[in-house]
Amino acid sequence: MNRYIPVLTSLALAALFSGSVPGADQKAAPESVDYIKWQAAGYAIAKPLGSLTGDPAVGRKLVVDRKKGNCIACHLLPVPEAEFPGTVGPPLVGIAHRLSEGELRLRVVDIKQLFPHSIMPGYYRNPENYINVKKKFRGKTILSPQEVEDIVAWLTTLQ
Amino acid sequence: MPTGKLSLLLVTSLLAGTVSGAGPGNKPRSGYEFLSPETRDMQEDEFSNPGFQTVDEGAELFITAGENGKSCASCHGDRGQKLKPRNIASYPVYSEQLEKPVTLQGQIHRCWTERLGKPAMKYDNKDAIRLETFVRNLAEGRRIDVETGGPMRPYYEAGREFFYKPTGQLDMACAHCHEQYVGARLRAQVLTQGQSNGFPTYRLANNRVNSLHERFRQCQNLLRAQFQKAGSDDYINLEVFMHARSNGLRIETPAIRF
Repeated sequence: MNRYIPVLTSLALAALFSGSVPGADQKAAPESVDYIKWQAAGYAIAKPLGSLTGDPAVGRKLVVDRKKGNCIACHLLPVPEAEFPGTVGPPLVGIAHRLSEGELRLRVVDIKQLFPHSIMPGYYRNPENYINVKKKFRGKTILSPQEVEDIVAWLTTLQ
Repeated sequence: MPTGKLSLLLVTSLLAGTVSGAGPGNKPRSGYEFLSPETRDMQEDEFSNPGFQTVDEGAELFITAGENGKSCASCHGDRGQKLKPRNIASYPVYSEQLEKPVTLQGQIHRCWTERLGKPAMKYDNKDAIRLETFVRNLAEGRRIDVETGGPMRPYYEAGREFFYKPTGQLDMACAHCHEQYVGARLRAQVLTQGQSNGFPTYRLANNRVNSLHERFRQCQNLLRAQFQKAGSDDYINLEVFMHARSNGLRIETPAIRF
């Protein structure tokens, strides 16, 4: 059960009160065998998931891919060929100035650790924490560990 | 120990959590307000609004007799003129007989089998949506006025809970888009309050009239959530909450929406 270690305990508590953590009435999703555990500390995940190395060129493609990151749906990104960026989230131009690699990783992986009420999906959230997931996606994360690292690698280039 | 930073974060997240319903800043705004002038014109002109084809199809069904020789028109008049717009605008209403709320389409299904003696249709059957569109259009311009007290209360509350509960792999609630980020753009699309006063509505995204429950299914599917069958108890509760949330807005059926 305790595969998932909330370092920011009080924040996790706030999430509990808000109901953004599954209640007892939810059926447990089938356990994902290859889910890589991660730990957040100091508002960041310092180490790459599974010690993988990200490829920024691949990351650049994933952030505009509707079936993958689709970051462009909500964020302004320095990807000029992708038209009509969304305005739901903050612009990510120059984001690497403001956030370290580890801070970016935590935000991509599971932003609800920081902001329990955020609209932003947790792209590598523990699948056990998703509620009422469509069968096709049950027990799965939105992105693979490699895809997370590719995106983080691209984000760190946004100086 | 960064206690200051932590408590600041806590306060921010708790503040962000107070997304509770219709405060003074959340006056209901019809999706119409978010349309371009061209689309508004299209909606308002009966001849260019493609939703009126569905209204006409519903009008045709309305006068078509069932096995027992009766049609909707037998009770309600050839053009439905005996139906009171005020009553139409009050749906969903509580049925003492069924001991639960009945949606406008639900009432059409009841008449269909009980009064016309026709074989039951599935909820959101195309003909049922045609009839619902026709009937709701009879109350166009009327302000929505759904009861939320008395026996309706628990159903309203259940629908409200659904609206605020994150769901699916994307882990979003209706309220995230349609309350917290109204006016922001999701790619090229402006997020509206998701008011229900135009339903059944003609969607430019799929070029046909869509029922409210179809729209619930589409939204849930987008969130990678397990969506339900049209007419489910959860969707009926959500319809109660949604229409009540639109109380005071004028019915625009058939509206045009993205």
